[in-house]
Amino acid sequence: MIVEARGVVKRFGERVAVDGIDLDVPRGICFGLLGPNGAGKTTTLRMIYGVCRPSAGSIRVFGLDVTRETRAVRARLGVTLQESVLIEALSPVDNLRVFGRYYLLREPLLSRRIDALIEFLELRSHADLPVQRLSGGFKRRLAIAMSLINEPELLVLDEPTTGLDPAVRLALWARVRDLRARGTTVLLTTHYMDEAQRLCDRVAIVASGKVIAQGAPPELIRAHLAPETVEFDCEPAEEPTLLDGAPPPRHRLRSGRRLMLYVDDASPLVDRLHHRDPNDQRALVVRPTNLEDVFLRLAGTSLEGT
Amino acid sequence: MSASLPHAVAVWRRNASMYRRIWMLNILPNFFEPVLYLLSIGIGVGAYINEMGGGSYAAFLAPGLVCVAAMNGASFEVTYNIFVRLNFEKQYDAMLTTPIQPDDVLIGEILWAVSRASIYGVCFFVVVVLFGLAPLPSALLVLPVIPLAGLLFASIGIAFSLRIQTIDLYSFYFTLFLTPLFLFSDVFFPLEERLAGSWLWLAEALPLLHPVRLARAAFSGRASAVVLWDVAYICIVSLVLLAWARRAVRARLMT
Repeated sequence: MIVEARGVVKRFGERVAVDGIDLDVPRGICFGLLGPNGAGKTTTLRMIYGVCRPSAGSIRVFGLDVTRETRAVRARLGVTLQESVLIEALSPVDNLRVFGRYYLLREPLLSRRIDALIEFLELRSHADLPVQRLSGGFKRRLAIAMSLINEPELLVLDEPTTGLDPAVRLALWARVRDLRARGTTVLLTTHYMDEAQRLCDRVAIVASGKVIAQGAPPELIRAHLAPETVEFDCEPAEEPTLLDGAPPPRHRLRSGRRLMLYVDDASPLVDRLHHRDPNDQRALVVRPTNLEDVFLRLAGTSLEGT
Repeated sequence: MSASLPHAVAVWRRNASMYRRIWMLNILPNFFEPVLYLLSIGIGVGAYINEMGGGSYAAFLAPGLVCVAAMNGASFEVTYNIFVRLNFEKQYDAMLTTPIQPDDVLIGEILWAVSRASIYGVCFFVVVVLFGLAPLPSALLVLPVIPLAGLLFASIGIAFSLRIQTIDLYSFYFTLFLTPLFLFSDVFFPLEERLAGSWLWLAEALPLLHPVRLARAAFSGRASAVVLWDVAYICIVSLVLLAWARRAVRARLMT
């Protein structure tokens, strides 16, 4: 196991930010911590790289106790923080050089690594401009490049694509997949379902400081709901007549007027609904079930926070 | 948790890389301050003073201003700059994702402040030498005093920076602490001749007094036992403040 957390609790005064989390991140996978803002994801990450001490429980990273062997653990991992921590007055190349020295990297290895990362994250055209003149997408790529300077065995990404435009998100996802293909273990937090579903081999869904489900995304969907989702507008009072005679769904969720039915095969239900509502006044959608649905079912609130 | 010199040097080099780019904006203006005092007070006002401590007034002023240059160099670094790095730029959060530990951050920052103090102090000393105000070779003994003065004011400044919650409080630090020190610490006039004897012990509390006295001893080539007290004061005050700062930095950077 790259990360092994057992019964981890973190209290800030009265507030319990993390409430007894167990995590297992095996080598070579992309693992996602999923949950709404304030669920305890960032605090969990901070404990994993050792700037935050657990109030109870234990965390081992690379088999080492992170609170005792902080320096040794951090030498082998890279962290991309949520907030930009670049030095605005320096160029990407100089930022990378400064960061590489924190790992005691020396020339000529340092310059070789910098060059490879500039290439890998496609920063060449802006490599010598001061960071303050770069766009948000370039800055995020540079931030990720910095966390790769020590060729980490574990890459920790805290909300890697929050606030980025779709093209940059796609490019970053591709880089994350490249890294995993090279054998880097990736641990990321996100509140984007599509991100988790596209990137993560395993996810842990976190709510109010607890892991409420853990597993591969398709597994979680199978275990807690069903593969297909049929959703449409429907007042509670209309429900019995509308669904009369349709095969019963595996699960159902309601959010205001919106009813979501989870089924193994959507077609009989859809036929039924078309029959009852030929003009399609109900904004009917048929789609694959996703992690957001799983979260809704398990936590009773939306991931974006309600 | 432990301190590691190579990691502290990496923190030092971060600052060095930054200032290599912007020293014209950041370092040069502050350096001119004591030069202007030397010209205005030392040479301008000094023209009306026949003799002071056995030489010209400018020569009396020179050793004290070397220490003031070092004090300024250290103070600018550990006040606004540290505060911004600590509270706004989140630079230290980034460092702590790497093998850098809070102790390394503190040592690196202090080393950098001492370096900047030394750059200011030594440059000003060169100016003093060029003006013919430093009796060589004895005045060279002021060179080790410069980093000591830097260490003292780096320690005082960083402790203050870790205490305060808002950046506005630095106006108190500069106007009500550093400026009075500058005016009343033996730089412009010999304190022991102007202060009633029964109050002299109180003046010993003034931090700038001690490096100034050491610098004066170096320039005059005459030392008394009091220099030992001056060195001890600088070392003890710095160590006590840094020991406190070490705990404060850890508390601030780790939760």
